Amino acid sequence: MIAVRGLTKGIGRQEILRGVDLTVAKGETLVIIGRSGGGKSVLLKHLIGLMQPDAGEIWIDGENIIGLTERKLAAIRLKVGILFQGGALFDSMTVEENIAFPLHEAGERDPKKIEEKVREMLEVIELEGEEKKMPVNLSGGMKKRVGLARSIIRRPSCVLYDEPTSGLDPVVSDSINRLIRRLQKRFGVTSIVVTHDMKSAFHLADHIAYLHEGRIYFYGTAEELEVSTDPLIQDFMLGRSDDNVAKSG
Amino acid sequence: MITGFITAVGGRVVSFAVYVGDVVMLAVETISSVFAHKIRWRLFLQQIVDIGLHSQLVVMITGAFTGAVFAAQTYFQFNKLGMGSAVGAVVSVSICRELGPVLTALMVTGRVGASMSAEIGTMKVTEQIDALRALAVHPIDYLVVPRTLAMMVSMPLLVAEAVAIGIAAGYFVAIFLLEVNGTYYVANMVRWTQMRDIIMALTKAFCFALLIVFISCHKGLTSEEGAVGVGKATTEAVVSASLAVLIFNFFLTMGLNIIFPAGYQ
Repeated sequence: MIAVRGLTKGIGRQEILRGVDLTVAKGETLVIIGRSGGGKSVLLKHLIGLMQPDAGEIWIDGENIIGLTERKLAAIRLKVGILFQGGALFDSMTVEENIAFPLHEAGERDPKKIEEKVREMLEVIELEGEEKKMPVNLSGGMKKRVGLARSIIRRPSCVLYDEPTSGLDPVVSDSINRLIRRLQKRFGVTSIVVTHDMKSAFHLADHIAYLHEGRIYFYGTAEELEVSTDPLIQDFMLGRSDDNVAKSG
Repeated sequence: MITGFITAVGGRVVSFAVYVGDVVMLAVETISSVFAHKIRWRLFLQQIVDIGLHSQLVVMITGAFTGAVFAAQTYFQFNKLGMGSAVGAVVSVSICRELGPVLTALMVTGRVGASMSAEIGTMKVTEQIDALRALAVHPIDYLVVPRTLAMMVSMPLLVAEAVAIGIAAGYFVAIFLLEVNGTYYVANMVRWTQMRDIIMALTKAFCFALLIVFISCHKGLTSEEGAVGVGKATTEAVVSASLAVLIFNFFLTMGLNIIFPAGYQ
């Protein structure tokens, strides 16, 4: 469903992506792990056309999205939803207005239908009774849930998650992971999750890709990652910095 | 040293040309969007309220005190020549052709232009504009078009209001405080103020509306990361739009004076 071929991107003088190749099959969950600042979010933004690469191709449902104008990308974006790291809720709208926004934009005018769909989404994200709150009054976890509801209300076939559990306590992180799993089962969506939270990665992944120095360094299942003896992957999984490696060596 | 100077000046000229090009491209895309894509009337009305209604006090005070002080200063000079009753004509024509449109535009730049730039800039740095794009909504359709249409409607009305209040305040000061003969004051004012002066005021208002909205929205959309970036974009929007209004006003005056010449014909 999604294929990335030779994607490169530089920002300023820094090369962020140096030829990324990836394939994500329909209905599967790919987790992209890697160190902070390693280009995971940049890669994710390319997949929905929010950034344009220096070179490479991104194929979504058989169409190369690179070079498409903002207006032509709109059709692709109806198929792919994204959860931003901070939720990116519209701060002038309430929770229910945020969730209903894509429906209004799609031309839905029947208030009953909109209310029904918003209620269904609130139930999925377990935030019933919070619909009148403004984003400023929500916790980090709640913002992410609302952002997720907004991105899936039009039933995209693929959802991209940018650090869905970062900055959240372990309990809330677990509830977000369960929510992502539940969405996959309920709506059968293809998911690409960017995270450096290994617990999330193992919980969610069908496949895991490790992005290192702008390239996919490892691609495999969670089990294959777990048994890998590669020192770089070991260091990342165990959270060992270069200093610790030097001391233990 | 000379090479360095030329390079520095050339660099500035090129970056200014690029900036003007970007603003023109935003204007072209906005105008084509008005005709090619759906207009969000609810957002348009919200902007009318924000730009038109919420600027009432600022515009009224600007118009009133400009008219009042201009009438007083003109009287102090003209009265020495025994031309006190000509104050009405001078105040009316000046407020219509220059002071009303320019001062209203500067006040609207400070109040509305700054707010547009800060709001759009904040949306950019908090990924709300990326969220719009990800939801298949073009930011120009959603953010710039309603603001542009609202400015195009509101500015001429605000300028007309400032002109009317300015003339009324000038009349009040001249007649009741400086004891100018009211009959001659009004007769001269009506004789020398023509429809073309009012058309000039409204034409300038319309042009200034476009300048303010495109410069302010462009600064917001290109805002750099963080609170500092938004603050910088807001300041630049106000400064650039104010300077553009003042510079463009000169060329508008020269151009429009060919079509609508000043003075009694």
